[in-house]
Amino acid sequence: MKIGYPQALLYYKYFPLWETFFNKLGAEIILSGQTSKKILNMGAVEAENELCLPVKVFYGHLLSLVDKVDSVFIPRIVSVEKNAFTCPKFMGLPDMARAVGHQVPRIIDPVIDLRQGWKQYLDTIVGLGKELSPSRVKILSAYRAGVKSLHEYKEKTVAGVTPIDIIDNREVDDSGADIKIGLAGHPYNIYDKYTSMNLIKRMREMGVAVTTGEMIEDRVIEREAATLPKDLFWTYEREVVGTISHWSRRSSVDGIIYILAFPCGPDSLVQALLEHEMRKEKSTVPMMSLVIDEHSAEAGFLTRIEAFVDMVRRKKRLSRQKVG
Amino acid sequence: MLTFPQMGNLERLLGDILERLEVEYMPPPKTTAKTLALGTKHAPEFSCLPLKINIGNFIEALDAGADTLLMAGGKGPCRFGYYAEIEDRILKDAGYDFEMVTVEPPSMGFTRFVGPIKRVSGKSTRQIWKILRASFPKCRGFDFLEKKALETRCFELNIGDTTKALKKAMDILSEAKKPEEIKEAIDAGLNVIDSVSCDKDRLVLKVGFVGEFYILLEPFVNFDVEEWLGNRGVMVDRSVYITDWIGPSAKNPVAGTSDDELAEIAKPYLGHSVGGEGLPSIAHTMLYAREGFDGVIHMFPFTCMPDTIAKAILGKVGKDLDIPILHFTIDEQTGKAGVATRLEAFLDLLAGRRRALVN
Repeated sequence: MKIGYPQALLYYKYFPLWETFFNKLGAEIILSGQTSKKILNMGAVEAENELCLPVKVFYGHLLSLVDKVDSVFIPRIVSVEKNAFTCPKFMGLPDMARAVGHQVPRIIDPVIDLRQGWKQYLDTIVGLGKELSPSRVKILSAYRAGVKSLHEYKEKTVAGVTPIDIIDNREVDDSGADIKIGLAGHPYNIYDKYTSMNLIKRMREMGVAVTTGEMIEDRVIEREAATLPKDLFWTYEREVVGTISHWSRRSSVDGIIYILAFPCGPDSLVQALLEHEMRKEKSTVPMMSLVIDEHSAEAGFLTRIEAFVDMVRRKKRLSRQKVG
Repeated sequence: MLTFPQMGNLERLLGDILERLEVEYMPPPKTTAKTLALGTKHAPEFSCLPLKINIGNFIEALDAGADTLLMAGGKGPCRFGYYAEIEDRILKDAGYDFEMVTVEPPSMGFTRFVGPIKRVSGKSTRQIWKILRASFPKCRGFDFLEKKALETRCFELNIGDTTKALKKAMDILSEAKKPEEIKEAIDAGLNVIDSVSCDKDRLVLKVGFVGEFYILLEPFVNFDVEEWLGNRGVMVDRSVYITDWIGPSAKNPVAGTSDDELAEIAKPYLGHSVGGEGLPSIAHTMLYAREGFDGVIHMFPFTCMPDTIAKAILGKVGKDLDIPILHFTIDEQTGKAGVATRLEAFLDLLAGRRRALVN
């Protein structure tokens, strides 16, 4: 069976798990490939105008799989931990995909809801595997292999490799960089080379070492995010808050660039929250928030990045002179 | 001095509860263009409209002397659950000095619900519980009066009579305190609305009103669409009422369909709640189609996550069930004239369909 896997949204977080799982069960995974102008245009034309950029991109990936696969894998990811949700868009994603006007293939949409506990989750996994194998033992062993792949992936990112470099199988040497910038935001925003206008590569070309939230251990992010008086109930936004707080409180980066997609609901509040918290904590790390959408112009975007990098560089030089 | 956001009849409902709790309060000035401008200035750019207006309401109330802000909380996934946290920070950054009192839903733990009420009122849990139980039938009464007015306005002989009668009925109910008084006042109010002179034989178009809670309940942001339609002889059925939302059960007696039933109805198009009114918007549209309504109006704030999902799915629902749906995405730029023009065109379309059906 050919299963299509849109290379968008939470793909960047979980692909080692699902690719391994389906491969072990004998399915052929067909990826939609990295975002291109064609994919974005297809998505932007099909999707409701008010939807956010990443979901428009997702629609494009979905449409590019039509006619190429028997089914498409679009899990309904409601919750990935106790007492928290993902963004509502992930909860309605399979239904939004079904409502698309074109001939969308059959959608495989297991409900991932860890608020319901692990037993329920394992039942979901077994149910999902039953599509491909009658053997519960085989399904669970495929799942364990998937989890192992996911851990290896996480180990690599914590060791300092960005997900996109893992996907592209690229070695990066940034030992010559004189400043380090933390690039924050959802993985589907910062690792999508097309919609982020190849930001990571561009920053490296400017002599910047780029670090991201995926390089921080989960428990550290968790600890930093837990200092908020009321818990953020969106897991992925909590991770952004934990990441930026970690960098800001330790001054472990020279500057932070926070990428938001227009018009992201949770991020609209998280941005205001972070700006307030950093001001309150008298953070000395400069942060710039940049909003991307399908009309973002490369020239304007790059000018702002360059100006920010210059500013961070000058600040670092001046503080060194003071110390010296 | 305690205050709270403006939203439809909330002032009458909360007013009753706060008087029983013996808490001094002042409602913010009614929402105006100035309120919206203040909110837009301070709120994050692509936050949703209700947040912007909440902030505007609070600023106007703080300027008028309030020092305690009462807000509801929530546990997601809709942004509303984090409003209080964000509003607290934005207003403090703007230099205001106040206390934010956030009442969380009981499902997040009973103390997070009752604790803040105890703090502002000095009453015991038992007293608070008694007061809420005593006030609730009255709150529900306001919703029933509103519903009655929606059913009456489209038949009235003199435009404006129903609106006047509704106000009179609500004033009667506002005075009631004891259980039997409340019961009598609701009956008296319903009678007042019933006595509006009507032409019951008039052929009216029937339109369902779905979408996000705040937009549906606050006439300032929905451009008083219910009255606008009623004045043109259109019967409006609204899918959400305040007490259905804050009520202890999910049975929704005012709107008439329970949350469980709604989930079951929406299933072919949306298999899971997406927070806010995303799922109810779809389920109610399906119900209106089944009940032979002429059309559905769907309104929500720009960037609202749940209802944007609903909009992405409603296109297919409308096509499959053959019911016209008019969507309004409301933000600070939306103008009354634009809304009215689109509504007029929509009514023409519905009238044309009705004629075609009759022939």
